[in-house]
Amino acid sequence: MSVDQKAPRPSRRAMLAGAGLFTLGFHIPFKATAATLDGAPQAPEVNAWVVVKPDETVVIRIARSEMGQGTLTGLAQLVAEELGCDWARVTTEYPSPGQNLARKRVWGDYSTGGSRGVRDSHEYVRKGGAAARMMLVAAAAKGWGVPEAECRVERGVITHGPSGRSTTFGAVSAEAAKIAPPQDVALKDPKDWTIAGKPLKRLDTLPKLDGSQVYGLDLKLPGLLNAAIRDCPVTGGTVKSFDAAAVSAMPGVKRVIPVGDSAVAVVADTFWRAKTALDALAIVWDEGPNAAVSSETIAATLREGLDADQAFVGNKAGDVAGALKGAAKVVEAVYGVPFQNHATMEPMNATALWTPERCEVWTPTQNGEAALAATADAAGLPATSCEVYKIHLGGGFGRRGATHDWVRQAVLIAKEMPGTPVKLIWTREEDMTHGRYHPVTQCRMRAALDADGTLTGLHMRISGQSILAAIAPQRMVEGRDPVTFQGLNPGGPEAAIGYTIPNLLIDHAMRNPHILPGFWRGVNLNPNAIYLECFMDELAHATGQDPLAFRLKLMDKHPKHRAVLQAVAERIGWDSKPPEGVFRGICQTMGFGSYVAGAAEVSVSDQGEVKIHRIVAATDPGHAVNPQQIDAQVAGSFVYGLSAALYGACTVKDGRIEQTNFDSYPVMKMDAMPAVEAILMPSGGFWGGVGEPTIAVAAPAVLNAVFAATGKRVRHLPLRDTDLRRA
Amino acid sequence: MARLTVNGVVREVDAEPDTPLLWVIREQIGLTGTKYGCGIAQCGACTVHIDGAAVRSCSMPLSAVEPGQKIVTIEGLAPGAAHPVQQAWAELDVPQCGFCQPGMIMASAALLAQTPHPSEEQIRQEITNICRCGTYNRVLAGIKLAAERGQSG
Ligand code: FES
Ligand code: FES
Repeated sequence: MSVDQKAPRPSRRAMLAGAGLFTLGFHIPFKATAATLDGAPQAPEVNAWVVVKPDETVVIRIARSEMGQGTLTGLAQLVAEELGCDWARVTTEYPSPGQNLARKRVWGDYSTGGSRGVRDSHEYVRKGGAAARMMLVAAAAKGWGVPEAECRVERGVITHGPSGRSTTFGAVSAEAAKIAPPQDVALKDPKDWTIAGKPLKRLDTLPKLDGSQVYGLDLKLPGLLNAAIRDCPVTGGTVKSFDAAAVSAMPGVKRVIPVGDSAVAVVADTFWRAKTALDALAIVWDEGPNAAVSSETIAATLREGLDADQAFVGNKAGDVAGALKGAAKVVEAVYGVPFQNHATMEPMNATALWTPERCEVWTPTQNGEAALAATADAAGLPATSCEVYKIHLGGGFGRRGATHDWVRQAVLIAKEMPGTPVKLIWTREEDMTHGRYHPVTQCRMRAALDADGTLTGLHMRISGQSILAAIAPQRMVEGRDPVTFQGLNPGGPEAAIGYTIPNLLIDHAMRNPHILPGFWRGVNLNPNAIYLECFMDELAHATGQDPLAFRLKLMDKHPKHRAVLQAVAERIGWDSKPPEGVFRGICQTMGFGSYVAGAAEVSVSDQGEVKIHRIVAATDPGHAVNPQQIDAQVAGSFVYGLSAALYGACTVKDGRIEQTNFDSYPVMKMDAMPAVEAILMPSGGFWGGVGEPTIAVAAPAVLNAVFAATGKRVRHLPLRDTDLRRA
Repeated sequence: MARLTVNGVVREVDAEPDTPLLWVIREQIGLTGTKYGCGIAQCGACTVHIDGAAVRSCSMPLSAVEPGQKIVTIEGLAPGAAHPVQQAWAELDVPQCGFCQPGMIMASAALLAQTPHPSEEQIRQEITNICRCGTYNRVLAGIKLAAERGQSG
């Protein structure tokens, strides 16, 4: 039973009256809440998850953030399924993190990352929906003086079977709100689902078609000023001096403000004027201890780690050293991946309003609670005196989840201008050069093969950056970063390796450069799948075996990994000849609780241009909440993964990231987009994520196909750095 | 004071002549459907129509807009979002986060106005907007669907 029965239940009206005070009468800028602030009589909530209005509109509250991945719709489907309401009447709203705090986290965790939007919260949101249904039924039954068990629910209508009387959710919701929440809440068997599990259309499409969807960038408040910021280009550096007087008289400029010890912001009436003045502002930096670091020096540090004695062990079986010594054949290769920027389409931004008593922030965030903590910290106020309003995100991909550096900056700026709301917008250049980058790693693969070409031993040495060490050291386990081993774990429901290798050692020599890492869609599963799955391909070729057959020999004990791999092989037609000039690659992995496999068809021209013709992806996420959205997530995953594999790299020179915008950090566009066929094969019994795991198979499937086409093994990304021209 | 015709309404705007049209539209006129994504004509998030042609407004200074030119933004594309492109988008659930979509829709509408029945190759070459969520295949399908339905919306 996840619905907190002891939590105080202030009426919706009381809550909103409070919010209204705090917002000084400002209009909270998202539709669902705005509608409830218009002074119309409020329906009391049935419980924390569900409000039914007299006109039968069902408002479902969603704690996780919608950033394009369809979580809003998926979670609403789960609640609506158990509630038994009419889907056509469903709308959604975000309860604020401050309300969650005030109500003892009745909505649970707000974090939306690790493809967890649905899979971590499905149980308690479904229970929330089911409990609300039971309360609505109890209210109707009480009114009629009949047993609840004689009543049934269909599309928001409650019918008493024996008498045929019926009423609606809207008619009894006020009474239902007074009923004590049920103790025992049973959930439907997923095979009886009629709303969840169905390819329903998204709830949030229409405002995205006419410009009316409000993103953080678009927020309007009375008296709002705008800020542009420049942080020291070298992480670890500080501001030495700046000449505010020279720009203070420029049009629209209100203030020039130091932010922390490493940044300067200009506040003006419009963003463009703030940015123009900032561009004209001479800032002298103390670039600090990292000013000489470059991609080359980082690579050298990582190379040293490949041979280091000390390393954290992630997976170990048998005796690898012995296997390598006794092998008929040893194959060895070194791989590497660069930093990647998230490059969300909407740059980082936040609006803050600070007074000595209270601080409010409006921002797109993947984790409202973390944003609230960052707000309170920067504001110098207790969290109970702060509030965060989550605004729709123009992309997240992990950037807007773990660290809220931009929120901190916005609050520090607003703190200098008490009572005035200030919107901070990062330019694309600021965003590109102050990311939380996909971590940089290298990997040495060393395999022992017997005379039959069977893999008897594998040492996989990862050298490089740890995300947790930088942003969540409390989640490290005895100095080890478990995230580094995503997709390589000995077992477990999250990210297990799909092969049985009798002698195995996977270890990590941690080397942390100063460029800050973060969770980047797919996280460490991306490089790990490239390393393992491209190397598996190398081993098959080195021993003259078919890459699929070579893998399958090692997969007897991993039926779910094997099933998705076989599914893509079958669909791409692995056993048949590809069209003339077209070559195939295949791979599989497991991450975020789901099993995924990919297959690609590519051709490479004499000039070395790679064209991806076709992608097949198979996903087993256990339960599928909305097949339509999963399909979109899979296609989107390939764009994100292939952008990185083909073109993306953030390089370092003089301590700073060299790429500043989409001209130097190119991403995939429509001309390069292949057809994507998604096979969804939910086997039931577990809840895997879908927003991320497929990314990991994008690169290895394509790189293996490129090898088949050219005989050239791309071991260092991005692919564009390798000369694939025919000799 | 410059004079602009935006979505059929004449507006007086008070901005420096080198201010990009994007920021004039967003900040002076207050229409925020047109997005900022790069500021250097790379991503297309800021696409508007000027006399029917798609223009990346982040890279067009206010001073380059000629008197009498008709600017249309996503808000003014069609009453009730009834343009065939918008309808096709709704039918196929094209947007993910949606941030790039006003630009995608404006670019697509301009393409169809010019070439009512583009080939797939033409669409791939002409629509160079960036979508980080990766909606390209649905955008492609959406343009084809809108083309099939015709331009009479
Ligand atoms: S903002 Fe104009 S093209 Fe990117
Ligand atoms: S839908 Fe998110 S960037 Fe295109």
